[in-house]
Amino acid sequence: MLRKLLIGTALGSGLAFAAHAQDVKEVEMLHWWTSGGEAAALNVLKEDLAKQGFAWKDVPVAGGGGDAAMTALKAMVAAGNYPTASQMLGYTVLDYAAAGVMGDLTETAVKEGWDKSVPAALQKFSVYDGKWVAAPVNVHSVNWLWINKAVMDKIGGTEPKTFDEFIALLDKAKAAGVIPLALGGQNWQEATMFDSVVLSTGGPEFYKKAFNDLDEEQLKSDTMKKSFDNLAKLVTYVDPNFSGRDWNLATAMVIKGDALVQVMGDWAKGEFNAAKKTPGTDFLCYRFPGTDGSVVYNSDMFGMFDVPEDRKAAQVALATATLSKSFQSAFNVVKGSVPARTDVPDTDFDACGKKGMADLKAANEGGTLFGSLAQGYGAPPAVANAYKDVVSKFVHGQIKTSDEAVTQLVNAIEDAK
Amino acid sequence: MTTVTTQIKLTPEHSARPGVSMRSRLQDALPKIVLAPSFAITVVFVYGFILWTVYLSFTNSKTFPSYSLTGPRAYQRLWRWTFESDPPSSWYTSIINMGIFGFLYIFICLALGLFLAILLDQKIRGEGMLRPIYLYPMALSFIVTGVAWKWFLDPGLGLEQTLHQWGWTTFHFDWIKNKDFVIYTVVIAGVWQASGFIMAMFLAGLRGIDGEIMKAAQIDGATTFQLYRRIVIPLLRPIFLSAFIVLAHLAIKSYDLVVALTSGGPGGSAWLPSNFMYEYTFKRNEMAVGSASAVIMLMTITAIIVPYLYSELRERPR
Repeated sequence: MLRKLLIGTALGSGLAFAAHAQDVKEVEMLHWWTSGGEAAALNVLKEDLAKQGFAWKDVPVAGGGGDAAMTALKAMVAAGNYPTASQMLGYTVLDYAAAGVMGDLTETAVKEGWDKSVPAALQKFSVYDGKWVAAPVNVHSVNWLWINKAVMDKIGGTEPKTFDEFIALLDKAKAAGVIPLALGGQNWQEATMFDSVVLSTGGPEFYKKAFNDLDEEQLKSDTMKKSFDNLAKLVTYVDPNFSGRDWNLATAMVIKGDALVQVMGDWAKGEFNAAKKTPGTDFLCYRFPGTDGSVVYNSDMFGMFDVPEDRKAAQVALATATLSKSFQSAFNVVKGSVPARTDVPDTDFDACGKKGMADLKAANEGGTLFGSLAQGYGAPPAVANAYKDVVSKFVHGQIKTSDEAVTQLVNAIEDAK
Repeated sequence: MTTVTTQIKLTPEHSARPGVSMRSRLQDALPKIVLAPSFAITVVFVYGFILWTVYLSFTNSKTFPSYSLTGPRAYQRLWRWTFESDPPSSWYTSIINMGIFGFLYIFICLALGLFLAILLDQKIRGEGMLRPIYLYPMALSFIVTGVAWKWFLDPGLGLEQTLHQWGWTTFHFDWIKNKDFVIYTVVIAGVWQASGFIMAMFLAGLRGIDGEIMKAAQIDGATTFQLYRRIVIPLLRPIFLSAFIVLAHLAIKSYDLVVALTSGGPGGSAWLPSNFMYEYTFKRNEMAVGSASAVIMLMTITAIIVPYLYSELRERPR
């Protein structure tokens, strides 16, 4: 009996070993880029790796959106079954790194010169304790206005440079009978818009202190109250049905000309592209009034796990290909974001992409590149979600005044810390 | 008495023939052996994980479970949130919504189910066709129900828009967009889905009532109303118990309906405790708070169901 058991075990481990030996030429990847454009963009990476002889294996995730994927990842990691890499956002990378399950790509990073080409603000999330644990794929920025040009021409509007000009523009649209502001009333969309409002109202220094350093003095300052007042002003320009609307439906309202403008991150451009619209002729992209020169970003990262030795070669190949200039350009042209390294040529990008890249470079050099609190790059998820709660309750009227909103914000953030 | 003596007589015969004894012992043990795996699975995956959740709620677990006990901080936070009504904390909203949703959902389903069953029980023509029509919604998942009702109730797409196009322009129904009424739309969708099933349960119960009792009551001069009030409904008591338990657990676990129908509602105003639990455990990385809320949900259910079951089941062998 014992002998049988031993033989069984030996066979079993032999099989396991064989399975590992097969794994060497395979990249196991968890991600939620399954929709048309995103999947096409990711295909570029698959082909790059196939040329080097690495097979691609998707880890299936039930349901779209990052939440399901993150739950799946948590289960995989808890079971000790690490994927080669996983799409990850912001503080999640650092959480996993703190738990000691991330790999170390420092060698590759030094060889490829990532520390020089990747903006320092991004390295806060891709480098943990001096080690490279993730490869940033792109940089999204959230302080954009997306405007339907036909509507803009009809009402005779010009690019708003200040918040007051923006309000004046919205008034014109209202007078002309179009919905001035397309907003999806979900907490993350409201908070994403509020990121821009705060940056516009308080300026770069204020944004950094309040939303990246979580300085209580700034959070309860009059400038923050003013920001909430400004948000309240903006909310008066949305249509009555905005609550619960998905972001892409709000974008569609601008594309169709039902609404003038949407305040959204640059992933909205993907929707315009998919509808065969051209920047400059069909739609306009401006920085949120009063935030020109600063970039509020979020970024998709490929977190690299601490895989066994025989799978490391595939991981290094994946990371190298991810940050290669050709992939960075090809992927981000489709995705609507801008490359995660600042030395990629902008020839293939459209006008909005070119502006985004130039802005990112300038913001990186000028120190005005800030993590978006709404998108989870300003503070850990507990704080970011507490913030979204407060903004959303303010927009929907559970919180009635900006004084109360500021008190709630301070309490909620203190509570979540 | 007789059975006891035969058993005693049988025993020596069994021990005399070891083969048979082995077989009968196996026969005795077989049910236990067959049940053992599912018993073990239940013990580990239900009761084991309940204990684990209770343990986690006393730790400082964030993204990942941490195993050092740090005291009831998570419960203190929930307790504080329980009384934060202006502006409502997410936990306060969740438990108030659970109360509104749970009560209305169970009450309306029972009332409507019983009413429909009584109507269908009037020996009407086409009952065989009508029954599945009412029963069919139960075959849909909460997600499908939620999405369908989301479109139907959306003022820009569904009912309101259609009636406006037909000319009734003063019609106004925007509950799904209204923070104070959104929870009632969850009740509407939930009732639509479950009441047909409850009707089927009551119908089965009505068919089980002895016709003789009814006739006797009619001879005694009982009106139809009295008949139902005094005889039929009291006789349906076991059905009420089953229906209540089915509805109560559906109400407590309806997470997906809220997500599909309202995606949380304006400013999180449609949350139920299950949404709170998922949100805090998996999205906000506050596993301790999430676990504590799960424990409180479990205790609440226990507090409601156990006394009810106890009183109902004890009276049965009257």
